[in-house]
Amino acid sequence: MPDVAVIGFAQAPNVRETPGTTNGVEMLVPLLAEAYQQTGLSKRDIGFWCSGSSDYVAGRAFSFIAAVDALGAFPPIHESHVEMDAAWAFYEAWLKIRMGEVDTALVYGFGKSSAGQLRRVLALQLDPYFTAPLWPDSISIAALQARCGLDAGLWSEKDLAEVAARSRADAAGNPFAQFSGSAGVAELLDTPMVADPLRRHDIAPVTDGAAVVVLAAEDRARDLVERPAVITGIEHRVDSPELGGRDLTRSPSTAAAGRAAGAEGVEVAELHAPFTHQELILRRELGLGAGVRINPSGGVLTGNPMFAAGLARIGEAAKRILAGTARRTLAHATSGPALQQNLVAVLERRD
Amino acid sequence: MNIGFDYTRSVGPVLGRFVNGLAARRIEGVRGSDGRVHVPPVEYDPHTAEALTEFVEVGDEGTVQSWTWMAEPLDGQPLTRAFAWALIRLDGADTAMLHAVDVPGPERMRTGMRVKVRWADETVGHIRDIAYFRPVETEDADDGPTSPPPPVAEREEGAPVGVVITPVHLKYRHSASPEESRYLRGLAQGKLLGQRCPVCHKVYLPPRGACPTDGVPTTDEVELPDTGIITTFCVVNVPFLGQRIKPPYVTAYILIDGADIAFLHLILGCDAADVRMGMRVRASWRPREEWTTSLENIAHFEPTGKPDAPYESFAHHL
Ligand SMILES: [Zn+2]
Repeated sequence: MPDVAVIGFAQAPNVRETPGTTNGVEMLVPLLAEAYQQTGLSKRDIGFWCSGSSDYVAGRAFSFIAAVDALGAFPPIHESHVEMDAAWAFYEAWLKIRMGEVDTALVYGFGKSSAGQLRRVLALQLDPYFTAPLWPDSISIAALQARCGLDAGLWSEKDLAEVAARSRADAAGNPFAQFSGSAGVAELLDTPMVADPLRRHDIAPVTDGAAVVVLAAEDRARDLVERPAVITGIEHRVDSPELGGRDLTRSPSTAAAGRAAGAEGVEVAELHAPFTHQELILRRELGLGAGVRINPSGGVLTGNPMFAAGLARIGEAAKRILAGTARRTLAHATSGPALQQNLVAVLERRD
Repeated sequence: MNIGFDYTRSVGPVLGRFVNGLAARRIEGVRGSDGRVHVPPVEYDPHTAEALTEFVEVGDEGTVQSWTWMAEPLDGQPLTRAFAWALIRLDGADTAMLHAVDVPGPERMRTGMRVKVRWADETVGHIRDIAYFRPVETEDADDGPTSPPPPVAEREEGAPVGVVITPVHLKYRHSASPEESRYLRGLAQGKLLGQRCPVCHKVYLPPRGACPTDGVPTTDEVELPDTGIITTFCVVNVPFLGQRIKPPYVTAYILIDGADIAFLHLILGCDAADVRMGMRVRASWRPREEWTTSLENIAHFEPTGKPDAPYESFAHHL
């Protein structure tokens, strides 16, 4: 089975609200052009297309079908979709290449979170019998998780603010970030609670955006780009949907996925943590020590396009290898409430 | 745009036992393979995936495991004034239940506090039969204002609850693409404005954000007539909720002369049995004072009486 590499990554600016439509076409058309330019491929060279998006975010049925216009899908293309973050579409594309069915694939994710009331829409990810009918919003669910860790002495409000301050400072170097800042920890801790114990800086902003990643079998990848980011491990796992039956301070699925993907020895990790405390959970479960550079892009706390943000983490982790600034990087993506489902990919430069 | 749907779900034996218990103001969980009691119950053990069948009644008092403050409640949440969300482990249970706690402010909440169920005035077999929780020491406090109760599925007198209904209502703001915006503004002036793809020169009406063949935005504006042909159609014989016209009537794909994509509209002005593929039709516009930025400005299409278009001329649009 061929190894698979990332050879291109493009993302839309992370913004509070795009003027575009919920099918993402306006955001995707320029990204596709950029991805072709990076890889030298054209539409006809892509063997498989896979996307991640959500009808609940878009507010209409089969919203991913309309997005296909951005690809130029006539004559018909070999296409698939996941109703999850596009990191899971990436996994499907990786499988297609591993199976030898195709040797190139293009994965994209998009979400216009601003169209609806995102934190309420996300309540629909919960158990539909006893939890979703109460409409607990996604921020409240995360706040319950954050307090579990505070009460257990696993982190302090100051630890959370430190995550936020570092993310905002790093985002200053990322032209796609929704915002950045230089506020210090003390200043952040002086702001009011949004969902006690979470403050504004602990919560990823509502963001519209899209991301595109191009994959190729390793041999093909070497012909197309100088330093392909070879996927040496990728795994996704899931924890029980029973929120009140889980230890919310832990993420066993992340730990298991990290072990299976070979998380040790990475230099850089792009973690999909929409809440500050979730970064602390992920770092622990993945065994990332002080020497690992976490979220140099600023992470999703500075821009969190739903259904594209996890894929963008893979893109960011790959970008460092493509650019020659790192040799071994890790990307993590999450989907569902309170870090329920987690994917880990390890990428490497092979000489 | 407001989108709503009443999700109707059958509960099965395990979840059904729980909701029927709620209707009788009793809370029952289920024992897992490791001996832990899950409340609310789960049908299959989260570790072994074994089907679970041993029911255990638990108390209506419990302990707060975690909490947060909901300063401005959202639509559909249990209480309509500020409240706390809490994970509550009921006495006799080993897992926590998510629900609302009615207290005046966050300063009254703490992990470890004792709370008790406040039942809904009328219980129907739904999670919202637990209206909310309140601290045990304030059992005689004022009643909190609650959201309207969920709808209830019809069932035979005395039969157990087998279905729960959860209304889902969401609000969205849809923006039209630049191409669609020009089209919609054209409609308000009684014009049909299409857009041409700069690569393949096909004309789209309504225009699209990108040509599905070339993946580029359509750019050139093309004003089209209000005549066209029926490419394909269906006769609606079935009455349904919200129907505006009495069946039978015809909905058809109409290909406007000069356009390369058909859209769906209504055919009136002839017997449903006379509608044909290739039939030539013309728009019947509503009175000018009723026009908005909508294709509804055209009330329907009706036959022009001119000879039908030959099949070969539109076969590639089917
Ligand atoms: Zn075209």
